Amino acid sequence: MPIKSYLAHPITGRKEELMTALISLGQCEVIPAENQNILALVTDTQTEKEDEILKEKIEALSSLKLLALVSGFNTPQ
Amino acid sequence: MYDSVTNRRSFIKKMAMLSAITAAASMFPGIVFASEQEKGIPENANLDWKKGPCRFCGVGCGILVGTENGKAVAVKGDPNSSVNKGLLCVKGYHQIMCIQSKDRLKTALVKKNGKYVETPLSEALDLVASKMKESIAQNGKDSVAMYTSGQSTIPEGYIASKLMKGAIGTNNLDCNARLCMASAVTGFLTSFGADEPMGCYEDIDHADYFVTWGNNMAEMHPVLFSRMLEQKAKRGAKIIDFATRTTRSSTASDKSILFEPQTDLAVANAICYEIIQNGWVNKSFVEKHCSFSKGLTNIGYGLEDKFKFTDKPEKIDFEAYKVFLEDYSPEKVAKYSKVSVKDIKYLAAIYGDPNKKVVSYWCMGMNQHTRGTWINNLVYNIHLLTGKISQPGNGPFSLTGQPSACGTAREVGTFTHKLPHGVVMNEKDREMAAKIWKVPVDRIPSKPTYHATEMFRAVDRGDINFIWVQATNPLVSLPKTSRYRPAMEKKSCFVVVSDVFPTPTTDVADVILPAAWHIEKGGLYGNSERRTQYWQKMVDAPGEATADTWMFIEVARRMGFEDLFPYSKENHVEEIYNEYRQFHEGAKHGMAPLEVLKKESGAIWPYVNGKSTQWRYNAKYDPACSNDEDFHFYGKPDGRAVIWQRPFEDAPEKPDQEYPFWLNTGRVVEHWHTGSMTRRIPVLHQAMPNAYVEFHPDDAKSLGIRNGENIKVTSRRGSCTLPASINERGLPTKGQVFVPFFDENMLINDVTLDSFCPISKEPDYKKCAVKVERA
Repeated sequence: MPIKSYLAHPITGRKEELMTALISLGQCEVIPAENQNILALVTDTQTEKEDEILKEKIEALSSLKLLALVSGFNTPQ
Repeated sequence: MYDSVTNRRSFIKKMAMLSAITAAASMFPGIVFASEQEKGIPENANLDWKKGPCRFCGVGCGILVGTENGKAVAVKGDPNSSVNKGLLCVKGYHQIMCIQSKDRLKTALVKKNGKYVETPLSEALDLVASKMKESIAQNGKDSVAMYTSGQSTIPEGYIASKLMKGAIGTNNLDCNARLCMASAVTGFLTSFGADEPMGCYEDIDHADYFVTWGNNMAEMHPVLFSRMLEQKAKRGAKIIDFATRTTRSSTASDKSILFEPQTDLAVANAICYEIIQNGWVNKSFVEKHCSFSKGLTNIGYGLEDKFKFTDKPEKIDFEAYKVFLEDYSPEKVAKYSKVSVKDIKYLAAIYGDPNKKVVSYWCMGMNQHTRGTWINNLVYNIHLLTGKISQPGNGPFSLTGQPSACGTAREVGTFTHKLPHGVVMNEKDREMAAKIWKVPVDRIPSKPTYHATEMFRAVDRGDINFIWVQATNPLVSLPKTSRYRPAMEKKSCFVVVSDVFPTPTTDVADVILPAAWHIEKGGLYGNSERRTQYWQKMVDAPGEATADTWMFIEVARRMGFEDLFPYSKENHVEEIYNEYRQFHEGAKHGMAPLEVLKKESGAIWPYVNGKSTQWRYNAKYDPACSNDEDFHFYGKPDGRAVIWQRPFEDAPEKPDQEYPFWLNTGRVVEHWHTGSMTRRIPVLHQAMPNAYVEFHPDDAKSLGIRNGENIKVTSRRGSCTLPASINERGLPTKGQVFVPFFDENMLINDVTLDSFCPISKEPDYKKCAVKVERA
């Protein structure tokens, strides 16, 4: 059951759009910085496969400039 | 089982989010995630939110603590606080996580036959009182001492002062603010005759330029720095970083100017030279409101025990000052400061432009300096010559490091020479204290005794036989701990330490008293901008942990001073504050009534006619001005601020063949001072688990040192082994290494030098000579 955290850098001017897109994907918790163009993101999935698929979906978002992994955890089922 | 897995998962998700936020804080100085605060709040929680100040730095952010079923479960920024406007830094919103630490001190511990034995608190306090009395009976009043903190609350500092100076009758009281703020105090007193900044944080909203002098605000005062960045983005305000090391503040600034350690004195004088040469002096301001003085030179460094120094100020005139500055032309200063002529002229032009508002900020870089008082004076000179002072967006602003270095250490006066109003050397101040404390005036000694460094030297010499250390960790934070740790282990001194957690200082104690943390007791703090903030007790302390104020009172009563300490356990904070307020009555330092502080997120003194005074000495804002002019520096008898002639003098120890590197020490954003609290907050500890020694990449390359390799840093005092850090958090100049001091497992203060400013007695942690080698 992977839990991963990332820093998501939006394309300039599209922070709100990225935030909405991430939330609508599900399995994502997002906290925007108040004074910088960046989002803190935590993903919570059931399996490694699900995690990979979610990551692919996130990376395909047009409002995303860069996704940087910060930490990864795996908890028992 | 389901619950425990779910809870664990939810905990891991929180940790993951905190890791991301901490990583972001590492990359973006001053970044703020306000809504993170709400995420920690349990669903359907019925929280009772109580206001107070943050436990950590001197910014004094307002916090709201959410409690449920007697436990603190959430922290968020107080949107009503004009200091932080609802924002907090990473330390701020994680602060309550430390109080649940497994190794929390919950009972008193008394050392018996070399082992700590859990002891009822009342019995431990009996022992403390009897040992104090025994020491006084055998060796006199000056054989006992108390060492307190800029983290002590106002009532704690007040009762400590009343016990030591009013009840016992010794001036053996000093505090750790001596290590961080004493040069700011003597700077203010010598230039203006009154302590603490004239401006306030609202200056940030008005200034065109912020010049930071040896001050890494992005890590040490992150919320204020985020306010500066906001003004940079919104109004195009500029930040100029003037420092000896490239930090996160430098990279976020518009311009970074590096200087050779100690030469800030010369550069400040060169700026004044340029201001005069270019005709940028605000002549009418200087003529009406300033005088000129010089003091003694070649004043020493305090390296020897029982060092004494008294300055001898002498009036001079503008012409003499101008002649003195001839040694400080940009061309001459550039040769040894390593600051280019162009950059010196650039700085001078910023200050000299009459159409630009400038605030200068500084903290430890200028204060922890063997000429700390002088460099404070010299930055005031720049603002006085240009008349850029005591107005919104214009002024010099000395930032404090601790949450109540101003409120407690400086205003209550927990220094050897201080009283709650004035100083022990002044008869009228002693009379006032004696009257309010209801003690004979001759009980308060008229001579100061030991400042912090000298206090621990006296312990080493055997001149102090009892010391009570409260809310501080000197065996990590003092300079040259290689001398003072063995000193505190000597049998000649009975050591009492009251703290919340075990530390290297509690390790040498004969009695450890379990202290209540911040929100487990009521209190008041005073921040950098003269703002006094009150909070009420929010949760119970565990076990027998008790408010320090109350432990002081209990010991005072056991020593026979019941009549001087008649406070009730339930209302002692209020009773003590009301007694203390009497010392500051009047337009120059009036404190807000407690009723006001209970309602509002702090008030700035002087609090006059129901109003905070945001800019002192300016008749438009300050009701204490009485000279019918625009400005009145009423701290001085002639109403004039002093422009000081202070030269450049070298550091006491400089790199040489044997010890070829400068050692600079300091802090990191994740940890509060010696780390006794923040290293118990998992996410902060994970983000910065240990100290390190930073190298310039060229030095690392020439020495063949790789990142992470263990390096032994050695001075004439001691050594410390740490992993090398190259091109990571900060970048020292070539020939310099930097080490943060938060890590009790890597005690860099075994290496530092206990030299100090002869006027302020504040040690210099920023400059000594070391050698480095692979461990």
